[in-house]
Amino acid sequence: MPQTKSWIVPTLYIFFLMLPIYWLVNMSFKTTNEILGGFSLYPKEFTLENYITIFTDPTWYTGYLNSLAYVGINTVLSVAVALPAAYAFSRYRFIGDKHLFFWLLTNRMAPPAVFALPFLQLYSAVGLFDTHIAVALAHTLFNIPLAVWILEGFMSGVPKELDETAYVDGHPFWSFFIKIFIPTIAAGIGVAAFFCFMFSWVELLLAKTLTSVDAKPIAATMTRTASTSGYELGLLAAAGTLTIIPGAFVIYFVRNYIAKGFALGRV
Amino acid sequence: MNKQINQKAWLFVLPVFILVAFNALIPLMTVVNYSVQETFGDNVFFWSGLLWFQEVLTSERFQNALIRQLIFTFSILAIEIPLGVAIALTMPRKGPWVPVCLVLMALPLLIPWNVVGAMWNIFALPDIGLLGYTLNALGFDYNFTSQPGDAWFTLILMDVWHWTSLVVLLAYAGLVSIPDAFYQAAKIDGAGSWAIFRHIQLPKMKRVLTIAVLLRFMDSFMIYTEVSVLTGGGPGNSTTLLSIDLVKIALGQFDLGPAAAMSLIYFLIILLLSWVFYTVMMRNEDQ
Repeated sequence: MPQTKSWIVPTLYIFFLMLPIYWLVNMSFKTTNEILGGFSLYPKEFTLENYITIFTDPTWYTGYLNSLAYVGINTVLSVAVALPAAYAFSRYRFIGDKHLFFWLLTNRMAPPAVFALPFLQLYSAVGLFDTHIAVALAHTLFNIPLAVWILEGFMSGVPKELDETAYVDGHPFWSFFIKIFIPTIAAGIGVAAFFCFMFSWVELLLAKTLTSVDAKPIAATMTRTASTSGYELGLLAAAGTLTIIPGAFVIYFVRNYIAKGFALGRV
Repeated sequence: MNKQINQKAWLFVLPVFILVAFNALIPLMTVVNYSVQETFGDNVFFWSGLLWFQEVLTSERFQNALIRQLIFTFSILAIEIPLGVAIALTMPRKGPWVPVCLVLMALPLLIPWNVVGAMWNIFALPDIGLLGYTLNALGFDYNFTSQPGDAWFTLILMDVWHWTSLVVLLAYAGLVSIPDAFYQAAKIDGAGSWAIFRHIQLPKMKRVLTIAVLLRFMDSFMIYTEVSVLTGGGPGNSTTLLSIDLVKIALGQFDLGPAAAMSLIYFLIILLLSWVFYTVMMRNEDQ
């Protein structure tokens, strides 16, 4: 591809992306007085006060633990049940397969706002309200279809001869599936897990609706601070900055798989 | 690939089916149930037929929210898709900068949606936010909390900031998959960069771009958290999109009937459009 000074456009774009993030980080190191005192490009009275508050106050840091707990449960659950289903879709033809696949996809397209109220009633009725399991299960609504979609794409790329050779070699099905097939599509599992993590981590409407105290996500704690205890912008900014970090970590570790996952167009 | 007919495959799909059915069918039936009933409290319900559907479809409030939603969705599609493609075209294809670009560009995608809203709120505040302060210093009278035009500008800029990277990543993946031989052939034919784009790159990106349009369409139609944190639907009702209105009715006022009817209409719109997209996409794949 012809490349003439083309670095300018991506650089400008990344600069634009970084501006609001810089502003958030900038605010998080300021004292409340300085923030309300006026406009400044960088913190003049540099303080770690906001971060100290978050790491010592249980209402703050348990929020993070809650979020990580339900995101973790959701990712493992979604990928685990999606694996055999994706295998079935990629290898076999069965009654209703195409309808089932489309029906699964429609759930990826269901607006959380539609499901908020019925979910609240459903999970209260089965006694799971305000538990990590409830949020993890609720998020499978859009993460399982996504995981099936991504994994099916990766599995279809694996030649069927692999399965047939294994049968000829006398591997029972489950031993083949776990010992040979899963390692073959490890990249696909990485991509699927990444997107499950991502969509569960960023979703708030359902997570907030289904929790009150014990499983309250960090994002909901932030909403409360913004509305009740006045204008604690510094604290809010620090909490926001900390929510970016897990995502940044995850994306760094899977950066090579992502391009591959996108290349399959299954995201 | 020739697939084998095997009805036992249903056993593999069963766990997924049960979990998604539990999450999708029961709530959906609840919604259908409420949408055709009237209540005066005490959990006593009466059959009300299609009353709520009529009420919602003819209410100006719903129509306005739908119009705002359509304007929002088509504006961000018109900006994000061409912009994303343009950025993908100029990205390096090899070398040490590729992972750096990918990681930095993907960062907005991994920030919780309410943090995106809060971040843009702080960023755009007219007195102490970088964007708001700069615009006012340049002589624009900018205040997104009181002027509807400014609220829309901020909202669309926020969504462009948040989601253009998804289009970039998809388009980039499509570009990387084009073999070098195509470019060499174009060079021999003396094709200019526009001709290369029009006849090689664009057709090769068709599939991923369809997916990009599909995803951006769906997700922007469902947008709730970012807008709710940034503007709360205001000033007035100027940025009250469909899902904001729905949550106000369902969880704010607990008007179960109208909320349920609106949910179903809302879901049907998305379902219909997703079916259209899906069909088009599958036809592309068959070719």
